[in-house]
Amino acid sequence: MDLTTFWFLLIGVLWAGYFLLEGFDFGVGILLPVLGRDDRSRRLAINTIGPVWDGNEVWLIVAGGATFAAFPEWYATLFSGFFLPLLLILVALIVRGVAFEYRGKRDGAVWRKRWDTAIFWSSLIPAILWGVAFGNIVRGVPLDANHEYVGGFFNLLNPYALLGGLTTLALFTLHGAVFLALKTDGPMREQAGALAAKLAVAAVPVAAAFLIWTGIASGDVWGIAVSVPAALALVAAVVLTRVRREGWAFTATAATIVLATAALFVTLFPNVMPSTLDAANSLTTTNASSTPYTLTVMTWVAVCFTPLVLIYQSWTYWVFRKRLKLSDIPA
Amino acid sequence: MDALDLSRWQFGIITVYHYIFVPITIGLSFLVAGIQTAWVRTGREKYLRATKFWGKLFLINFAIGVVTGIVQEFQFGMNWSDYSRFVGDIFGAPLAIEGLLAFFLESTFLGLWIFGWDKLPKKVHLATIWTAATGTLLSAYFILAANSWMQHPVGWTMGDGRAELTSIGAVLTNSTTLVTFPHTVTACFLTAGAVMLTVSAWHIRRRNQDEVFRPSLKIGAWVVLVSGVLVMITGDIQARVMTEQQPMKMAAAEALYDSTESASFSLFTIGSLDGSEELYSVRIPSLLSFMATGSPDGEVEGINDVQREYQQTYGEGDYTPVVPVTYWSFRLMIGFGGLAMVVALACLWFTRGGRLPQSRLLWIGALTTVAMPLLANSFGWIFTEMGRQPWSVFGLLKTEDSVSPSVSTGEAATGLIVLTLVYGVLAAIEVGLFLKYAKAGAPEITPESDEADKPLAFAY
Ligand code: HDD
Ligand code: HEM
Ligand code: HEM
Repeated sequence: MDLTTFWFLLIGVLWAGYFLLEGFDFGVGILLPVLGRDDRSRRLAINTIGPVWDGNEVWLIVAGGATFAAFPEWYATLFSGFFLPLLLILVALIVRGVAFEYRGKRDGAVWRKRWDTAIFWSSLIPAILWGVAFGNIVRGVPLDANHEYVGGFFNLLNPYALLGGLTTLALFTLHGAVFLALKTDGPMREQAGALAAKLAVAAVPVAAAFLIWTGIASGDVWGIAVSVPAALALVAAVVLTRVRREGWAFTATAATIVLATAALFVTLFPNVMPSTLDAANSLTTTNASSTPYTLTVMTWVAVCFTPLVLIYQSWTYWVFRKRLKLSDIPA
Repeated sequence: MDALDLSRWQFGIITVYHYIFVPITIGLSFLVAGIQTAWVRTGREKYLRATKFWGKLFLINFAIGVVTGIVQEFQFGMNWSDYSRFVGDIFGAPLAIEGLLAFFLESTFLGLWIFGWDKLPKKVHLATIWTAATGTLLSAYFILAANSWMQHPVGWTMGDGRAELTSIGAVLTNSTTLVTFPHTVTACFLTAGAVMLTVSAWHIRRRNQDEVFRPSLKIGAWVVLVSGVLVMITGDIQARVMTEQQPMKMAAAEALYDSTESASFSLFTIGSLDGSEELYSVRIPSLLSFMATGSPDGEVEGINDVQREYQQTYGEGDYTPVVPVTYWSFRLMIGFGGLAMVVALACLWFTRGGRLPQSRLLWIGALTTVAMPLLANSFGWIFTEMGRQPWSVFGLLKTEDSVSPSVSTGEAATGLIVLTLVYGVLAAIEVGLFLKYAKAGAPEITPESDEADKPLAFAY
């Protein structure tokens, strides 16, 4: 496999990792108003992701950095072209990080209420916008001969991309509910489990419509081949949430998210950003890439250090493996 | 204003803002780790209380450091896409390495530290904060390597319309990085020392928790003094490297128009704003020559001569940065750092042997020390970055050619306004919380409160 393909894969892995991990903590944030009836139960929900959300977010930073290093043209066109949606995502991520850290630092119902509202919106907005962004990347956007995005803002709000946004929203919310059922005990576990069973059913038509549309529009056989197990994983999630096998249900939603992301990347290949104006303007893994030397250097770095990161991040999840109960939360 | 100016303002504002929190994070993470080590070694309760106290302040600061960092990472693509295209082959690598090596380390191990008080053995828990602190240094190294490449490009060749990497070793051992890293890191310690000094002084003045804050004041003051000396030594070395690599920057730092041997350094000047005419100035003979060349009689090139040389090398154009900005930011960097050291020395002297000084001036000094290194840091960066203008990558790419062609003025304005407003609100909240916890003092550790505190020690 040549290095550009390897790096395309690796960036796909980073995005899949990001959606898999931050997906559930977006979901927890979105479900906060529903499952957190009072302050203590909201604290319980937030503390299930407390030790890990920041590490999860670094997957995004590394995905961004890796794109910059391996495919500078892609990084430049994508980030400048999607300026306003990205700005919105950034503001949401800023507010969200601060909200987690600061909400418990002052007593007072109003203070906490405000941060809870902030957590909800700042989890909801990126959960939708990432889907919209990826919908547009896969569908293609108007790129001129200099690989500049010339579409403007509203071009990004097409039905296919919006359906993509709805899909990530549905999957992340479901993933979050399953995570809460897995990581808590007591009433929260019950409620989250019951809600997950309903959310799984609701997610099926949305995700299926998006994957089918993707398959038909692209006609990409490999993409469809990866969509099928993604759909099967989601169906498994429907069953497993119903019978309350929490660990397996989490595995199923995780697999759905990873496989769906994989389907998008496979469909995209060998393009990284197709142009709707003229196929010759499309950015591909070869015309957007760095030099072989840079890719070689980065490959060594990735091969040496990614396993290390995976080991200590897994260790964190192991250290905090115990379910949390309301009684663990100081009054 | 066009998209270029707006993007420049945005970069300046949000980077300086990020860099308010960065040095506190870097310095304080090591100080907290040190205090916690003292607790693990001696088992003395006052060290545990101090760890929790400074740890809380550290975390309040860290939160903003993290969220503003994400914007940094994205804005190269958003506002500076032509820059990203031109340098991505080289510049992207240290950025990606920073994420993989440093940010994962920092965020994961701080999570473990915050929530792991009752879950990890004492020594393993101690190791988590040291690991996170190490992560901050790694992060500083790689980002400074990226920045140094813009100051002094090495290990590259001109490819098809872009700069291409030929040696990652050269980029990571750039002489500019090697002198910038110690200067920046020692300045971070100076900053954290000043935070400690100011907060401790506030409590000592009220005779509050003397057993915790007397030692903290001492630690803070000593950290300021020692790192202050190191900042000056490293800054001096850096000045020599800079003069060699970017003679225009040194000339602009002194507003020196004509090449001069045995050039003096002016502490301040009253005259025309760009220093081309002067009415009055206080000068130290030969100091500029010494800083720039290491010899009191060395010749320092003036702006006019460098401008002529650059025109020959790079073609017609104005290669002079905004001289009043470079002139004053250079002095204010040094001045505020020096002032912090003076206050630290005075604090040590007047509080010796448990004394409680009454001098108003001393207290005003002590309570404002924290602002001094923060200002010095900002002016240091403003000097470094503005002094490099009109280049974004020295000698290769101009700032005006770096901006995103596809970003409209409206979009750029939206970005600038939205981020500035959000940052403004965050600043107000952060300062409020920081003051609240700083004033509350160190928590009492009674047997019961320790138990109650045990699950989720620092939890949200
Ligand atoms: C000398 C040090 C230094 C400098 C010049 C910069 N930073 Fe920074 N940055 C840090 C030192 C640091 C740090 C100490 O590692 C931080 C500060 C607070 C923190 O949480 O980590 C951080 C946080 C931080 C984060 C969030 C990391 C996380 O989620 O844990 C990102 C993405 C960046 N930075 C990116 C940048 C970029 C792209 C910069 C250049 C324009 C930049 N920083 C300048
Ligand atoms: C690796 C780190 C950094 C990189 C890659 C970098 C890069 C840049 C770039 C691309 C610009 C825009 C060009 C321009 O308008 O001048 C700029 C400007 C600027 N940066 Fe940096 N910078 C870095 C770190 C910092 C830091 C940490 C600070 C300060 C805290 C800082 C302060 C500024 C300022 C004040 C400007 C001037 C804005 C202007 O002149 O328009 N920079 N830098
Ligand atoms: C005698 C005292 C000092 C000298 C001679 C000195 C010298 C320098 C020089 C020459 C630069 C520019 C490097 C370049 O553009 O290539 C610089 C940058 C900088 N200085 Fe200083 N400095 C001094 C004190 C301080 C103090 C007290 C602080 C902060 C507490 C500080 C913080 C910085 C920072 C943050 C930068 C930008 C980063 C960098 O390029 O290293 N400096 N200093």
